[in-house]
Order: sequence, then C-alpha cells, then structure tokens
Amino acid sequence: MRGATHAKWAALATAVALAATACGGGGDGGGGGADGVVSSSWGDPQNPLEPANTNEVQGGKVLSMIFRGLKQYDPKTGEAKDMLAEKIETTDSTNFTVTVKDGWTFSNGEQVTAKSFVDAWNYGAHLKNNQKNAYFFGYIDGYDQVHPEKGAPTAETMSGLKVTGPRTFTVKLTQKFSTFPDTLGYAAFSPLPQAFFTDHAAWLAKPVGNGPYTVDSYSRGSQMVLKKWDGYPGTDKAQNGGITLKVYTDNNTAYTDLVAGNLDLVDDVPASQLKNVSADLGDRYINTPAGIIQTLSFPFYDPAWNKPGQEKLRTGLSMAINRDQITETIFQKTRTPAKDWTSPVLGADGGYKEICGSACEYNPTEAKKLVAEGGGIPGGTMTISYNADTGSHKEWVDAVCNSINNALGNNKACVGNPIGTFADFRAQVSTQKMKGPFRAGWQMDYPLIQNFLQPLYFTNASSNDGKYSDPEFDKLVNQANAETDTTKAVGLFQQAEEVLKGDMGAIPLWYQNGSAGYSDRVENVTLNPFSVPVYDQIKVK
Amino acid sequence: MGRYVARRLLQMIPVFLGTTFLIFFMVYSLPGDPVLGLFGDKGADPATLAAKRHELGLDLPIWQQYWNYMTNIILHFDFGTQIRNGRPVTEVLGDAFPITMQLAALAFAFELTFGIGLGIIAGLKAGRLADNAVLIFTLLIMSIPVFVLGFIIKMVFAFQLGWIEPNVSTEQNWDELIAPAIVLGGLSLAYVARLTRTSMAENLRADYMRTAVAKGLPRRRVIGVHLMRNSMIPVVTFLGTDIGALMGGAVVTEGIFNIKGVGGVIYESITRREGSTLVGLVTILVIVYLVTSLLIDLLYAVLDPRIRYA
Repeated sequence: MRGATHAKWAALATAVALAATACGGGGDGGGGGADGVVSSSWGDPQNPLEPANTNEVQGGKVLSMIFRGLKQYDPKTGEAKDMLAEKIETTDSTNFTVTVKDGWTFSNGEQVTAKSFVDAWNYGAHLKNNQKNAYFFGYIDGYDQVHPEKGAPTAETMSGLKVTGPRTFTVKLTQKFSTFPDTLGYAAFSPLPQAFFTDHAAWLAKPVGNGPYTVDSYSRGSQMVLKKWDGYPGTDKAQNGGITLKVYTDNNTAYTDLVAGNLDLVDDVPASQLKNVSADLGDRYINTPAGIIQTLSFPFYDPAWNKPGQEKLRTGLSMAINRDQITETIFQKTRTPAKDWTSPVLGADGGYKEICGSACEYNPTEAKKLVAEGGGIPGGTMTISYNADTGSHKEWVDAVCNSINNALGNNKACVGNPIGTFADFRAQVSTQKMKGPFRAGWQMDYPLIQNFLQPLYFTNASSNDGKYSDPEFDKLVNQANAETDTTKAVGLFQQAEEVLKGDMGAIPLWYQNGSAGYSDRVENVTLNPFSVPVYDQIKVK
Repeated sequence: MGRYVARRLLQMIPVFLGTTFLIFFMVYSLPGDPVLGLFGDKGADPATLAAKRHELGLDLPIWQQYWNYMTNIILHFDFGTQIRNGRPVTEVLGDAFPITMQLAALAFAFELTFGIGLGIIAGLKAGRLADNAVLIFTLLIMSIPVFVLGFIIKMVFAFQLGWIEPNVSTEQNWDELIAPAIVLGGLSLAYVARLTRTSMAENLRADYMRTAVAKGLPRRRVIGVHLMRNSMIPVVTFLGTDIGALMGGAVVTEGIFNIKGVGGVIYESITRREGSTLVGLVTILVIVYLVTSLLIDLLYAVLDPRIRYA
C-alpha cells in the first residue's frame, strides 16, 4: 500500500524529532541547624565570575561568598576592617607596604601569599584580559603601560607592584591617595590561586577562592550550589551548611516561590508586590539603606545647558521635585529622599551630611522664582531621558515631570523621553547625545565619600557622563586625596560637595534601599551596604 | 518519493541563508551598543571597550561579520559566543532547547488529544447541546489572554488547592510541566477543536459518506476511516505550523512559571542585542519550521491517497 510507505517516512522523521527530548530527576532535602542549606534567588551573572570582571550584584553575590580580600567591609557599619591584611603601612600616602596574614589558604590548599595578590591585580589591569573593573588599578604606578588609552600595552606587569617577601608586597601609586587601603575590600582586589592562571576555563566552570564557601556545582543559567568550607581560617565562618543560588528570570516568580515555601530568601522584592509584603511576610521583610543614589544629570556639553547663571535653573528644578511624595507613593518607601550627593550608609564619620539642605526640599514658589531667574528652561521644554526596559523608570520620571510642571504652572515644561533598551540608553549617554537631563544611578564600589564624588563629578572622570567640570571641585578633591588624616580628608570632600551644591551639578533624587524577604525557616538575615545578603550569617532554624 | 524529499531538503539551503542574513542584518541595525551595556550605569574606559569589541569581532564591517559567522557555523558548527558572559551559544541553546521541547511535546499532546476529542464530539452532534457546550468553552479559552490563564491556574491549583508547585524547579521534571503545558496548549486546543468540528460537520453531508452508509458499512468504519481521514487534513496543517510556534518558545508562559527555555533566551537576546545568540536560535527555529512543513506535506499523502509526490 502506497500510504504505508509514506507513513513510514513521516514516522521516522517524527521519531528523530522526539528523541532529543530529555528528562530530569532528583530533588534536594535540607537539614536544619548548622548544616541547613539556604536557597536564595539569583540572576544569571552578566560576566564570567572573575573578580576584576564582575561589576554587578548577581556576580557580586558569589564573589562575596568565595573570596576574602585584604580588607572586609563591616556588614552593618560599612567600615573597612583588616581581613587578610596584617598591616598596610605608608608614610607619604603614595607608597604602601602590605603584609598578608599568615595561615590563609585557598580552598584547594594553596597558600595565600603576596604573589596571589600581585598576580591577580596585574591580571585585572592588563588590557588583553578585558577586565571590566580594570580602571580600579588605575591609581597604581605603571597602569598606563599595561592598559594604555590607545595602542598596544608595552609592559606585562605594573611597575608599581613589587613582591618583597612571601607575605609582603609594596604598592606605589601615581598620586597621593590616603584612603587607598580602604578601597581594598572591593572584590576586584581579591587574591587568585595559581589554578586561575594555569587552567582558566576549568576555574571559570568551578571557581576556587579563599572565602567561607566553596562552589560545589555550577550549572550556568540555572543554579549554583555553594557548600560551607570547613577549613576556612577566618573568623566569619558560615553559620549554615551552604547556599543554593537559583536563577529566576522574573523577580515576581521568585517572590511567589518564597511565599509558597520553595525558596528561603529573595533579595529583590518586586515593586508590584510591595503592598502585599506585610500580609505575606510580616516581619520577615527587610528594607535597609544601601550605597545607591539616583540623580538627574545635565548635559553640560550642550551649550544650551551650560550658560552662566543656570545653577539657579538647576536648583529651581531640584526644588520643584516633591521627593517625599514620590518615594512614598511610587516606591512604597523603598527609596529615601536624598539630602546630599553621597549615601547615609557612609555614616556621619564617613562623610554623610545633609549638605543639599533647602535646595533638595520641595518648595514650588521658590522653585518657580529660581527657574525664571536662571533664564528659564532652555527652549521652553525639557525632556528627562531614561531606559524603558528595566527598573520601572517610567513611573518616577513621569511623576518628577508632573511635579515640575505643577510647580512651574506649565504643562509643557517637562516630559519623559523613554529610550527602548539599556544598551541604547548607555550608548547615547556616553557619546554625549543627550539634549536634556537624564537619569543616572550610582552604586558605590566601596563605602568612601571619595567613591561618590570623584568618579562622577571630577573633570573627565570615567562616569562623569554629563561632563560636569569645576576647577574648584577638582582642586578640593585632589587636596582631600593627599590628606593623610581621614577626618580632614572627609572634611575636604565635603567642601568639594558644597561646590557641587553651588553649581547643582546634578540633582540628587533619592537613596535606594536594599529590600529582601525570607522564609520562616531561616533567621538572622541582613543586607550589607551593597544590598547583598550577608549569607554567612544566615542561620537555619 | 525519495527524490521529492531530497528536493525539499535542498530547497532549505537558500531559505536558511536568506533568513540568517535577514536576522543578522536586523540585529545589527538595532540601536545601542551591547558591549557598553555590560558596564551598567558606570563609565567604561575606551581601551577596554575597544579591546572587547575587537575580541568579539564587532569592529569589522557587517558583511565581514556575517561571513565569519557563517563560515564558523558551517565549518566548525560554532555559533559564536555570547557578548555578556562569553558562553558559547551552542551551550546556551543546548540548555534552552531540551526544556522547551519537553514543554512543547506536552502541550502538543494535550491539544492533540483534547482538541481532536472535543472536535469529534461536537462535529458528530452538530447543533445539539454537546456541540454548543464545546463552542462556548472554546470561545471562552480563545478570549482569555495567556497570562491571565497562567495566573488563574497558578492561583487556583498552586496557592488555593496546593496540588502543584507554583513554579518549575531547576530540575524541570515532567510533572511540573503539566500546568504550563495546559496554559501553553490551551489556545491551540480551542482552534483544533473548532477546526475538527467544522471539517467533520461538513464532511458528514458529503456524497461519499452517504455512499458508505448506503453500502451498509458499520458506523465505526464509516466514521473512523472515511470521515476522520478526510476531515483531518486542515487539522494536520494547523498542528504542523503549531509545532513550530510551540518550539519558538512562549515568552509569557515561560516567564510566569520560571521555565528557562527558548522564549526567555529570545527575549533577553533582543533586549541585550545578543546578535549571535539570536541568529543561532532563529536558525534552528527556521529548520524546525521547514522540517515540520515537510512532514505535514508527507502526511497529506497518508491521509489522502489521491495526493502523490513524484
């Protein structure tokens, strides 16, 4: 029969198509107490998990568990404390001698020595390795040779780094930078074992570090299982048996899994669920300040936005924004109205001070007056640009514009300008294509006032997208960096911030909080100032 | 027959080249810089940017990029690497496709059995109560957007009754995929039921049916062979294209149930401008469409012996 032959062909092809389907199996049971395993929400890290190549929170979570650097930031106060550093000495704020503590090893048994640090830093700085945090090593002498602005590198290692003994090395900087030791808690400065250099691909598949956890298994795009490292020599040993990081493509889904009891910790509560949080979780919800500030930047490269006297216009705009109302209604208090250009996580000693004062208070009458004195909005209408694909920016930009329009009594004063994707937004911002104010966010790398000011407002600094420039500001920042006394240095940074306030170089909007929810299986859950959960302190009941 | 299949397979080559070039070109002309996007809100230093672009070959002119891409695929089966984390695209696709195929197979089985079953009931009882019930039910399904259906199923069965887990776990077992498969296959089920019903109701009045009944054939044979075989042709056409649609991933359904399949990868690749991932995915989907349409054409001949392929 003719039909039967046809059927055979068709059946064969269908069988081939179906044969490729796979089937999974298994499940994980968790004990309680010190052996209990905590499951936590995660997102696929954007970059390979190299310390000098990780610049976002998801990869940062893993690094915070498997690495310890010379310094460690206190999860509560943000203060930089010695971790692997026995001492870091300097007499001139330019040359530093670092002594590494004895007795530290990587989880594969290899000793952590001065060389582990120097090799890691040289790797991170070298242009051929394409590390995204390479600029962190920019203060070290010889960086220009391994990472030139243009052309090929002329050296393999930075001349400013020298191993002087098994546990000592020296660092020479290109300029005075008194708080340099305090930056060394950043993940980019982590030590690396030899395996990282000899078998790089295997290391990436299963990273080995010196932190309280070791990577047990890692299936990319799906989950990472971390186990407590019993031989960890530090004092901050893990209080639980391990952490399982599960990838969620949508934070709403992660939240429903938390509520259903399939997940212990969610560190990003979706905005749409904030009203349900107290009903769903009760007191198992944390909302604490993090070192993140949102601002509105101005295109100082556009002549229309860079006229003398326009500081009044910018101050007026700042006073036209009703921060209290927006943070309350749109963000459900997961943002705090900004009162300066830094962050409250720095603390008063670290340089946080309500410098912005009345210029950040809502005052529509004064706002209208100042905007008029400042020559009015260039062209009569301004746009606030933002990327529409992530972070629900549309809501607050519309609210800010609404607030400005109401204050100025002009319905056309301000409109939002959505840009489709983040990649496009950043491309336009960094190539100076903005025609009006645009949103800017800054997450600190280390809890220092310097990190909130220099990279953002120093002339031609790496993240100075609006091209703000004030010689007085630059001078004060240089003086502050050269100052060996921390209190005096902070004072000088605050003076620089006053200059920034006078110019209103960027409008501070609000500080972003870290939010997290957890199940009743676990306790002692906190977020550090980087809004990363302090995994090692979590206890399983 | 063999020659026909060979000819159809050869025809796939120009289609394959054309679609890959179109997609490649479209991704290339999207605005934005995917490498710069990796640096987040922070500034990137130009030297690292340039080095990264060079490593990925993004500094070459588009035709040269396309040429390199295609030669790598054809000669080494290398679909390139992702921009964001340097993962080989073949590995990304290898992770995403099995789970999507699992889900698609379940959804397909669901719409096939229930769709055709409901269609037969309605078609045989055309105009009566059962028929009207099926019509109303399918109309209801067709008018509910997929995300509403997804959330309703989650609410009722996961949170109120507690029969299922709300999300698919990282193990991605078959039993966890039942609920998402029902959501995914629901809409097609309604179409299949309606197509089957109409086609059967129409063919019931055909001359050959009267002849078959007049010959005194048993009812089972009249319906099972004469009626079914003729009524299945439009349904098979629909089911064939639906396989492609199911394999193409369901962005919404996958998102609701946290399934890390093709839909999510496509969505992410578009927003992040991951050209190589997107072209790789689409290439495979194009092949799936081509192969299923070939299968459907071959199936026609099985269903209707009058159709022959030289």
